[in-house]
Amino acid sequence: MKILVCISNVPDTTARISFTPDGKAFNTSGVQFIINPYDEIALTRALELKESLGGSVTVINVGKPDTEANIRKALAIGADDAIRVNADPSDAYFVASQIAHVAKTGGYDIILTGKESIDYNGSQVPGMIAELLGIPSVSVATKLTIDGTTATLEREIDGGKEIVTTPLPFVASAQKGMAEPRIPNMRGIMSARTKPLAVTEPQGSPAFTVNEKYELPPAKAACKMIPADNPAALIDLLHNEAKII
Amino acid sequence: MPVLVFAESIDGKFKKSAFEAVSYANETAKILGTTTTAISVGNITGDDLKQLGEYGASKILSVTDSRLNNFVNQAYASVIAQAAKDEGAEVVVLSNTYTGKAVAPRLAVKLQASLATGVIQLPSKGDKFTVKKKSFSGKALSEVVCNTPVKILSVAPNSFTIIKSPATPSITAYNPAIPDTDFRSVSGEIVKSSGKVSVTEAEIVVSAGRGMKGPENWGMVEELAAELGAATACSKPVADIGWRPHHEHVGQTGKAISPNLYIAIGISGAIQHLAGVNSSKVIVAINKDPEAPFFKAADYGIAGDAFEVVPKLIEAVKAFKASHH
Ligand SMILES: Cc1cc2nc3c(=O)[nH]c(=O)nc-3n(C[C@H](O)[C@H](O)[C@H](O)COP(=O)(O)OP(=O)(O)OC[C@H]3O[C@@H](n4cnc5c(N)ncnc54)[C@H](O)[C@@H]3O)c2cc1C
Repeated sequence: MKILVCISNVPDTTARISFTPDGKAFNTSGVQFIINPYDEIALTRALELKESLGGSVTVINVGKPDTEANIRKALAIGADDAIRVNADPSDAYFVASQIAHVAKTGGYDIILTGKESIDYNGSQVPGMIAELLGIPSVSVATKLTIDGTTATLEREIDGGKEIVTTPLPFVASAQKGMAEPRIPNMRGIMSARTKPLAVTEPQGSPAFTVNEKYELPPAKAACKMIPADNPAALIDLLHNEAKII
Repeated sequence: MPVLVFAESIDGKFKKSAFEAVSYANETAKILGTTTTAISVGNITGDDLKQLGEYGASKILSVTDSRLNNFVNQAYASVIAQAAKDEGAEVVVLSNTYTGKAVAPRLAVKLQASLATGVIQLPSKGDKFTVKKKSFSGKALSEVVCNTPVKILSVAPNSFTIIKSPATPSITAYNPAIPDTDFRSVSGEIVKSSGKVSVTEAEIVVSAGRGMKGPENWGMVEELAAELGAATACSKPVADIGWRPHHEHVGQTGKAISPNLYIAIGISGAIQHLAGVNSSKVIVAINKDPEAPFFKAADYGIAGDAFEVVPKLIEAVKAFKASHH
């Protein structure tokens, strides 16, 4: 089983989000970057599948050299090798094109991603990779099992879940539930240093969109406190003031 | 060049998000000086199809190919892409639901189109076509410029107010050819989570955290939700330790929701939790610690013990309902 796991480099979940004064760029100063949490779930499931079925797990990242710390972390968690496409991940179509280009000749049975990245929340890359490769995709999957050349997945839908079966190869995006992320151990960290990390140059595919400007959501007005012994006052405010019930 | 909108349905009925999407598409069409064509997939009665007219669709393409009765993202993308080409649409609108998320990226590749997911405002069309969306898991907003002739916008559920704009729509049967290779993945069984309101679509969500002390205490949370017609949700640790099912987990690593009313009981208000819920229109926090961070993000707060406050709140809701009937 050859598995490719796409990982993106995102601000830590506790990071204070701020932007440059002109609002045109994310202010990275003092921000720690981590592997996107959903990608870690995908990576862990890939490793579990490799452990039970044999094969290999490759991680791929489209990013500049500063993402290598997190690529090494993925290797420390257990991936066998890594590929970095040396480019700014300017938009989802660009990223998906780069990954699809690598995957075309890689002979992967499964391509896994997270359900979305926690920075741009696009949920675009997995479906685009699948379309570019002309293979099936399953999004927001909470379960993935393989039986021979068929995969069975559970995906979230409104108000429940759906069981989907698909032949290999396919792309799936991981949601919480698919696996419990692993923490790298000392041996993993040591061996990660010498695992292969190939750097390739991007193919000339376009970006379709540009994130041009950012802002913080409008600040909330101060919270109105209601005495604990009179919750009826809350209902009154929700009805008469907020007008939502 | 009409705006094309995919109106999602379930069990033969349009979802609320479909009306939001049609409404969004129609307001966009007004900005662009054009009309709105809606596409629907599934066996939907003429009367139900006509509902889309109330939100401004002047033409409805009705796809009834029975192979699409079960959702298959590849085939849905093929049908919508073909419709976009046949209609000459430059803007395609979907809902940013599970279905929309599965279809839109494929559609973008097929149409070589810009895709902006989870948009919360109408596009502005100066010298650039720009839309606003949430980013950084709700901690920021970003403006996305779409630089291709065709643009695909998926609308965040519950963020765009439905605007009625009655039109008398024409209804056309539309069944383009779909390649067999689109049906390689097969949707099987659907397992509904306890038949209650789904947390991503619910207008009111009652959520509880570790402050509830144990799963045996969730009765009052469920009762309050039932009284309000709300969905139930929970914080991450509560799902992690198995007090509640994973699908209830909201926050940065769970579901992102934006109901009209979010009631948080015994949840501290950690930044990762807030990331998934802070775009709710009104937030109520109930916490026994008056210094709990949630109060900084809430509109209304009750500093008190949930085990005393919630039963009283349930009584207050019952009394309110009794007096408003
Ligand atoms: C990478 C990462 C991702 C994360 N993603 C998420 C996420 O998606 N969603 C999420 O929720 N969390 C997430 N977290 C966890 C988050 O940081 C918090 O730990 C979590 O939200 C805390 O849950 P809680 O508020 O239920 O529990 P606690 O922090 O234990 O808070 C319990 C609260 O209940 C109150 N309380 C106690 N007893 C009572 C009572 N009798 N009546 C009223 N109030 C009472 C306490 O005052 C306290 O404020 C994430 C963390 C990390 C590191």
